[in-house]
Amino acid sequence: MGELNIENHARYILSVEKKKDSFESVVMEHLRLNGAYWGLTTLDIMGKLDAVDQDEVVSWVMQCQDESGGFGGNIGHDPHILYTLSAIQVLALFDKIDVLETEKVSNYIAGLQNEDGSFSGDMWGEVDTRFSYISLCSLALLHRLDKINVEAAVKYIVSCKNLDGGFGCTPGAESHAGQIFCCVGALAITGALHHIDKDLLGWWLCERQVITGGLNGRPEKLPDVCYSWWVLSSLIMIDRVHWIDKKKLVQFILDCQDKENGGISDRPDDAVDVFHTYFGVAGLSLLEYPGLKPIDPAYALPVDVVNRIFLRR
Amino acid sequence: MSRKVKEESCVRVPICQRPEWSDVCPVPQDDGPNPIVPIAYAEEFREIMDYFRAVYLADERSPRALQLTQEAVSLNSGNYTVWQFRRVILEALNVDLHEEMDFVARIIRDNAKNYLIWHHRRWIARKFGADVASKELEITKEVLFRDAKNYHAWSHRQWVLQELGGWDEELAYCDELLEDDIFNDSAWNQRYFVVTRSPLLGGLEAMKDSEVAYAVKAILAKPENESSWRYLRALHNNSLSSLSKDPRVASVFVNVLKSKKDYVEALNLVLDLLCRHYEPSDELKNSIDAISPDSCPPGSSVAQKVCHILQVADPMRADYWEWRHSVLV
Repeated sequence: MGELNIENHARYILSVEKKKDSFESVVMEHLRLNGAYWGLTTLDIMGKLDAVDQDEVVSWVMQCQDESGGFGGNIGHDPHILYTLSAIQVLALFDKIDVLETEKVSNYIAGLQNEDGSFSGDMWGEVDTRFSYISLCSLALLHRLDKINVEAAVKYIVSCKNLDGGFGCTPGAESHAGQIFCCVGALAITGALHHIDKDLLGWWLCERQVITGGLNGRPEKLPDVCYSWWVLSSLIMIDRVHWIDKKKLVQFILDCQDKENGGISDRPDDAVDVFHTYFGVAGLSLLEYPGLKPIDPAYALPVDVVNRIFLRR
Repeated sequence: MSRKVKEESCVRVPICQRPEWSDVCPVPQDDGPNPIVPIAYAEEFREIMDYFRAVYLADERSPRALQLTQEAVSLNSGNYTVWQFRRVILEALNVDLHEEMDFVARIIRDNAKNYLIWHHRRWIARKFGADVASKELEITKEVLFRDAKNYHAWSHRQWVLQELGGWDEELAYCDELLEDDIFNDSAWNQRYFVVTRSPLLGGLEAMKDSEVAYAVKAILAKPENESSWRYLRALHNNSLSSLSKDPRVASVFVNVLKSKKDYVEALNLVLDLLCRHYEPSDELKNSIDAISPDSCPPGSSVAQKVCHILQVADPMRADYWEWRHSVLV
């Protein structure tokens, strides 16, 4: 029927890193750190992380750090919480979190918490539950959740819960699978999943599966491979993943591969990119596809990486 | 990650040939000593970004720097550092932000899913306050006209209503969108937002009656619509007890079942109610019998029959319905 072509995807990811003459690369220059996280985590799940020069990556990541302690998307860019998490995650892949000055980074993140418990993305003040997840995930990985008001953070996330069981970006915003992943992940990390009606949310999530087997992010929207991660990891965190048709989802993801050149796209026959390649492979890992390392649904890092961080101490 | 290139109406002069830039030395992107991600830049873009880096590093907050950021975001609206520096310059030069509003409106058209542009818009709107409420509602309307589910536009619209006002026409706007597409979940969410938060409507209790009628009408038109059923439940605050006491609720699912099609959502509610000791009417029992598959074991309870029907009618979620069956008392 279909198979995951690991070699092809590894080749694709490595080629994207080296691609010259590409307008795509040019316009993504400012979020290179996100791209590094997507590409490298995918390589690690496929057992191919050693194809990359660890020292070069670590050195480049550290150059993305701003004097505030936060990280920019590339060298010379302003700091933002989005890239700060990616930096921590990339260092975690290489077991190099210890090169960070934990105090400095965690102070940067803690400084972004607002009085109502929400988090801003950076000094410009945009608020979104994505940033709640990012902050809590980052601080947990650094063992510095004590730097913030966790209770207020949880309270804010719960205020974004809707009657359909889902979560939006801010209170009253429409439930969206991406935001749901962020809120469920944040509540999982802070041990606050009891705030979720798991049957209610589980039902909303399993209704995301459409006739082709793929998952959409909201009612009546098109399926997209990235929801294979956001919906799936949410279902796993609330222990309801058995409510979807896993076989059909696996088939949908495999159909989104570019079988010749590698990479995965948002839906079959569209152009591939690193973002969807990561979410497709990560989704397959959650579905226990053979040949892939297991990935943690809350931290979005391989389980062995997460264990290394939490079980070592 | 949109990369729409804005068409320039006149021939572009490279920056290195512009006399007003002759004193500046452009700064190339530093990808580190051993760049792990060396990339070749499209020439025009490379030049703009090299000059941008020069003014950014020099912290030059001048009109030419402002113009440069405009060129940069026009070619790549996703570069957040450029947007941030643009704000720094706008403040320093005390520029008339009405023009900035117009500029953002032009860029939003091609980049309606870009967080940065909406955030920049919000930053400007905050400075003007309630005076721009209708303008802000108007721009979200324009974007929603092309994509009625654009999450950023809805987020901005909710922010405008709560911070700047303008609630008067909002319910009517939801009516309009739902008439275009009764399946638009964003519009249903906005409806709930308006009904519960508008200072002009009296809150959920005051609106409940008319809204239940609205939901019922929508359900009967398209019974397979997830959103209208969820809205009906939300009006009752998800209380199954409250739903079971509302005769309009009983009437709507009986009507849907009688049509013998598109009844998954209806049966889902029936099942939820049955699990809460709801006493099904004879009419309801008969409609369920009429659509029960032959595979249904004789002597099954009403709830068991419903589970069997759903396993056949909604095979994608067969495991879910199997679980619902397994937890029936």
